[in-house]
Amino acid sequence: MHDNEHASHHHEESFIRKYIFSLDHKTIGKQFLIYGLIMFFVGGGLALMFRWQLAYPERPVPIIGASPQYLEDGEVVTGADKMWERIYESEEEEWLEANMPNGVIEPAFYNMLFTMHATIMVFFVVVPILVGAFGNFLIPLMIGTRDMAFPILNMLSFWLAVLAAIIMAIGFFVPGGHAAAGWTGYAPLSSDPQWTGVEWGQNLWAISLLIQGFSSLVGSINYITTIINMRAPGMTLFRMPLVIWSLFIVAILLLLAFPVLSSALALLIFDRLAGTTFFTATAEGGGDPLLWQHLFWFFGHPEVYILILPGMGIASELVPVFSRKPIFGYRSMVYAMIAIAFLGWIVWGHHMFQSGMQPVLGSAFMTTTMLIAVPSAIKTFNWLGTMFKGSIRFTSPMLHAIAFVSMFVIGGLSGIYMANTPVDIFIHDTYYIVAHIHYVVFGGSLFAIFGGIIFWFPKMYGRYMNDVLNKIHFWLTFVAFNCTFFPMHILGVGGHMRRISNPMQYEFLQGFEGMNIFITMSAFTLGAAQLILVFNFFWSMSRGKVAEKNPWHVNTLEWEAPTPVPHGNFVGQVPTVYRGPYEYSVPGEESDWIPQAQPEHAHATGGD
Amino acid sequence: MLQWLPENVSTFGQSVDTLFYIIYYITLVVFILVMGTLITFLIKYRHREGQKASYIEGSTTLEIVWTAATTVIVFGLAMLSYPHWNKIKSPNEFPENPEVLVQVSGKQFNWDMTYPGPDNEFGTADDLELENQLHVPVNAVVHIRLTSVDVIHSFFVPQLRLKQDALPNRFINVWFEATKAGRYEIPCAELCGFGHSGMLGYLNVHSQADYDAWVKERWPQ
Repeated sequence: MHDNEHASHHHEESFIRKYIFSLDHKTIGKQFLIYGLIMFFVGGGLALMFRWQLAYPERPVPIIGASPQYLEDGEVVTGADKMWERIYESEEEEWLEANMPNGVIEPAFYNMLFTMHATIMVFFVVVPILVGAFGNFLIPLMIGTRDMAFPILNMLSFWLAVLAAIIMAIGFFVPGGHAAAGWTGYAPLSSDPQWTGVEWGQNLWAISLLIQGFSSLVGSINYITTIINMRAPGMTLFRMPLVIWSLFIVAILLLLAFPVLSSALALLIFDRLAGTTFFTATAEGGGDPLLWQHLFWFFGHPEVYILILPGMGIASELVPVFSRKPIFGYRSMVYAMIAIAFLGWIVWGHHMFQSGMQPVLGSAFMTTTMLIAVPSAIKTFNWLGTMFKGSIRFTSPMLHAIAFVSMFVIGGLSGIYMANTPVDIFIHDTYYIVAHIHYVVFGGSLFAIFGGIIFWFPKMYGRYMNDVLNKIHFWLTFVAFNCTFFPMHILGVGGHMRRISNPMQYEFLQGFEGMNIFITMSAFTLGAAQLILVFNFFWSMSRGKVAEKNPWHVNTLEWEAPTPVPHGNFVGQVPTVYRGPYEYSVPGEESDWIPQAQPEHAHATGGD
Repeated sequence: MLQWLPENVSTFGQSVDTLFYIIYYITLVVFILVMGTLITFLIKYRHREGQKASYIEGSTTLEIVWTAATTVIVFGLAMLSYPHWNKIKSPNEFPENPEVLVQVSGKQFNWDMTYPGPDNEFGTADDLELENQLHVPVNAVVHIRLTSVDVIHSFFVPQLRLKQDALPNRFINVWFEATKAGRYEIPCAELCGFGHSGMLGYLNVHSQADYDAWVKERWPQ
């Protein structure tokens, strides 16, 4: 008892130790969440800029672009015109002048925008939020322990991520601009500055991702150790909530996949700075551009599952809670995730069907890729099975979980087209793949993230988020998301290439102008809707309605902890686990939920 | 949705389109069934006062059914696709004795076409180099030696249903047979630098007579 007292009433910590260089897994989780939300706006803003260019090629962007009168006869009409007047009068070439004269996005700047949009969204938004924020916050609480195995490593993981973000941000302002070879950084475009004119931007991109890789490695070692060694008494592996399973599997994927990216990045830096030719084929021999693609995608495909598995985990928590039913096929859900993680290692070649890779390999990779449909289908049917004969509550988190399931169905089905080698010949590198990835990563991961934030917010901050704002945010996001990304399938079917800055240069794409404008308008709506979420998030932290200990009547252990959760998580001893996490609506019980930590004999009284 | 596909003008394009349609109908049916089920469940099993959810932990039979059904469908699709893929991309299955052999080389930001001339040998005096203009006869097998001099480009002719990356210092063989005369665009489909957007060549498919006249004009003897 004395030990526990000590753990829960830690000596008062200074502000810096408590909120900045904190060792507490909950604070680190919240830090990752806010980090991810800030980067979400950077990444989204970049997307809106290039969406403008795609809808209205060569026209000045709104707000900071010059007015038509100014472009016509130099007459200063708006504040933006005044700014441009000043920029053109100054001696030095300013950043804006080099990248977007008069507010018109230059092609090289356009390449930088989409490269950085994807880089930021993948490495600085989705992974930090899903793995960094939810992983840190949920793992110790849900397995019933007081903190992570290595709190100092945990803190290091966050501050390495901050360092990586700072380095990535500096890249925007170095001469030559930021990396512009796509988030996939295909060599030799990325490996030799002469092909892009990008000098230190690409180097900083690589260095930043190396550091971000270390951050993920450190975090994943921590997660794996904690989950294996520190589970509460009675918390067997098959009593773990599915979100913990998903984070456990993802940590293993991160641990194995990131070193591959790190070595590829190191070789890239050697090619750029030390004159090696790992990724360049020269007449005298040297390396091979395809080596980069193999290394990148050997990392990159597991990475895609790193982006979606925790989303599946979150959905697997929300659907049973708000259907008041056990998850359908708990074990098959676990095995399906393991199967997805395993298959993730042998499908990377499907990104390279048209790359010049031997066609026989194309057939082999098509087969393995098609197999991924099997565990994905199992998961989808199990979510449906969970809702079958349930008692479904349409709370905001549940709406996001339902959106996750339906968008994942579209994203999964559209994947079959691209897995099919002959069809891929046509849709490879078109907007079809852009639609697919956004249905999986936005429609999938981000809806799960939104649902998870709203669901666990009462445990994180002791208050509810405003439900009216949540509902408005959900419906706007759901409609605008589909209006933005669904038409991209049609662009892809029309052959519209990705990564072109001006579709109007092509005769066969003339018919798509209207659709591109529609997509851009929807994208702006989608972006605006996210302001509601962020306003609600920060407003509710201090102004939201105070939440009780377990507002959604959930069985898992995080809800046993008091709200707000103290240092050391649980008052007194850590809870003992008596059953699986999804015992809802058990026959013969008065209450429709039985917490994991409730002893057998206390059944009849139900929850608190 | 598939009416947005550009017109097909190659012999193998029909294979791509047929598979496209097969997958389209399969996924459409699956989508309607899954979404229909989801929406039915959402309406039917919405929370009502005094009604409790049924305690169902799962069903091994159902798990086996949907695992097996999905496996059969995706393997079937894969089996169906191998021959078409090989026909289009495997060099040992290309139709032999092409009527035209051309080297196409990507170069920031143009397509350089090299015709070997009457001796059918590259690197000889009768080679003809053209920028961004590829001339071929209709209904004839064309072989392309695809390469690049700088970064990776991708040779894409939407109407031929043909796409292949061009790699520096590597020659990749590609074939097609166009079935309709006309002028088609050859965009670059792989990001290749600031001029990627607008890197554009043209495939000119001529009637046999027009093509013969074009050849005669270039190599008069």
